[in-house]
Amino acid sequence: MDGLSIDDVSMVFTLPNGGEVHALEDVSLHLKPGELMAVLGPSGCGKTTLLNIIAGFLAPTSGQALLNGRLVTGPHKERGMVFQQGALFEWMTVAENVSFGPRMGGAPRPEIAEKVEHLLGIVALREFADKPVYQLSGGMQQRVALARCLANDPDVILMDEPLGALDALTREKMQGLVLKLWKETGRTIILITHSVEEALFLGERLVVMAPRPGRIHKEYTLPFADQGVDGDAREIKVQPEFISTREEILSMIWEMEEEIMGGGEAG
Amino acid sequence: MADHRNQPSALAIWLGIADNTFTRQKTVKFGDASAVNSGRLWSIVTVVVLIVAWWIATVGGILDPIYWPPLDGSLYPWDNPNRARPGVVDRFVSLMVEGYRNVPLWEHIWTSVKRVLLGVCFGALVGIPLGFAMGLNSVARGLLDPVVEFIRPIPPLALIPLVILWLGIDEVAKTFLLFLAALFIMLIAARAGVNSVRISKVHAAYSLGASRTQVLRHVILPNALPEIFTGLRTSMGVCWGTLVAAELVAADQGVGSMMMIAKNFLQTDVVVIGIIIIGAIGFAIEMLMRVLEGWLIPWKGKG
Repeated sequence: MDGLSIDDVSMVFTLPNGGEVHALEDVSLHLKPGELMAVLGPSGCGKTTLLNIIAGFLAPTSGQALLNGRLVTGPHKERGMVFQQGALFEWMTVAENVSFGPRMGGAPRPEIAEKVEHLLGIVALREFADKPVYQLSGGMQQRVALARCLANDPDVILMDEPLGALDALTREKMQGLVLKLWKETGRTIILITHSVEEALFLGERLVVMAPRPGRIHKEYTLPFADQGVDGDAREIKVQPEFISTREEILSMIWEMEEEIMGGGEAG
Repeated sequence: MADHRNQPSALAIWLGIADNTFTRQKTVKFGDASAVNSGRLWSIVTVVVLIVAWWIATVGGILDPIYWPPLDGSLYPWDNPNRARPGVVDRFVSLMVEGYRNVPLWEHIWTSVKRVLLGVCFGALVGIPLGFAMGLNSVARGLLDPVVEFIRPIPPLALIPLVILWLGIDEVAKTFLLFLAALFIMLIAARAGVNSVRISKVHAAYSLGASRTQVLRHVILPNALPEIFTGLRTSMGVCWGTLVAAELVAADQGVGSMMMIAKNFLQTDVVVIGIIIIGAIGFAIEMLMRVLEGWLIPWKGKG
């Protein structure tokens, strides 16, 4: 079956004191190729664990992840990852970071050069190709991270709060870039975020997860990402439907947070 | 209430007797280390006073050259019986021109520096791979851990008697002692370098299709370089100190041995020159390593 399938995935971490944490319980999802799904939820709902299982960094306690019918057993270049920050190789230049995947795969030099040129053009960093990455601003660094991931032509792009450390303005600009890349490359994207607005704006599908145990609480199908590809972000974000969905999800997450706090005080 | 007509001069700021423009804006200065001026004027005063005092003591003829050498032999008063004895400056010139006990001064210095470089090189060549192995492999970690943890707190000087028993007092013995001193510093630095890698970088590399060897070569190794370089700097310093002490115990060449022989002949001037040279070279090594560090690993601390 084409696409990404998560089948009844559960993840139980055993603590050193013998206790158990149910990070995920019976999570099932299917993403068709080219879908963009945003994952939202309070801290501790297991969304990063889910992403790490799909990336192949963690083996689930039970259940499985399948990409195009093949079982995920470890990291692979078919599943690229964009991290929050600090995952760039600071000893390399911008171009060397972007070309890392193809270089490791032994692609021919002219092909690599062409690819780097093209990708740096898309993320508007061509004149910074030979700069060390640590001289770049946070937003520029995340653009390098996106280009580095795309250079490998992954089927699935996993984004773990890629915009979380950016200031509000840069963040909005980067959201537009993510949508543009999604449309241009047609990749399947899973994006984890803490920001309800970002999840609404970017997620063609939006999954809200609940904690203890981590599970899928509610799923939405949203029109805003498609509108956002060509439309004006500011206009989309003030639509009544956008605002009402945002408030609905916000109060949902608030309830979960309060439950956690209450449980914490009782325990 | 910044008064722009009354800026302190650049000289006053350099001398550390006036606040620079930034510090002048601060109202809280006591407790803010960055608001404490260099006080460079007072550093200059210290050095000048020390030299002038030395000069006065020499000219006044009150120095007993057995305890502290005069600044220069020619400065002695005419009627002083020590007139014929050299001072530090003319002794230094003669050491440079004629050498000490038929060995030129630069050769004493080079002998010592060469021993340090050899010891640090061998220590790094063996220590870095072992440190990497300890950081990456549980068998290597288990095998080496007891040895490392046991030897780590032993000062290298405490190994001198054993090294002399094993290898005598020749060049090999000294290089071996310095090798041991550098080995454990480099091993621990390399292990710390491996441990310091941010897991997201390793994950990113694997997700981009890198093999284990490629992760080691392109991620873990460059990521560990800053720690390794700090290790090199530390082992240079420790080896320099250890070497001079080792040369004091047994050697016929090198700065330490020159001082020890000079002591036997009550040549305090040579001893003092040796102390100055040891300090100057230790300082030069540290400065050189800092320059190299900025040049070779500019990304240090910027991950």
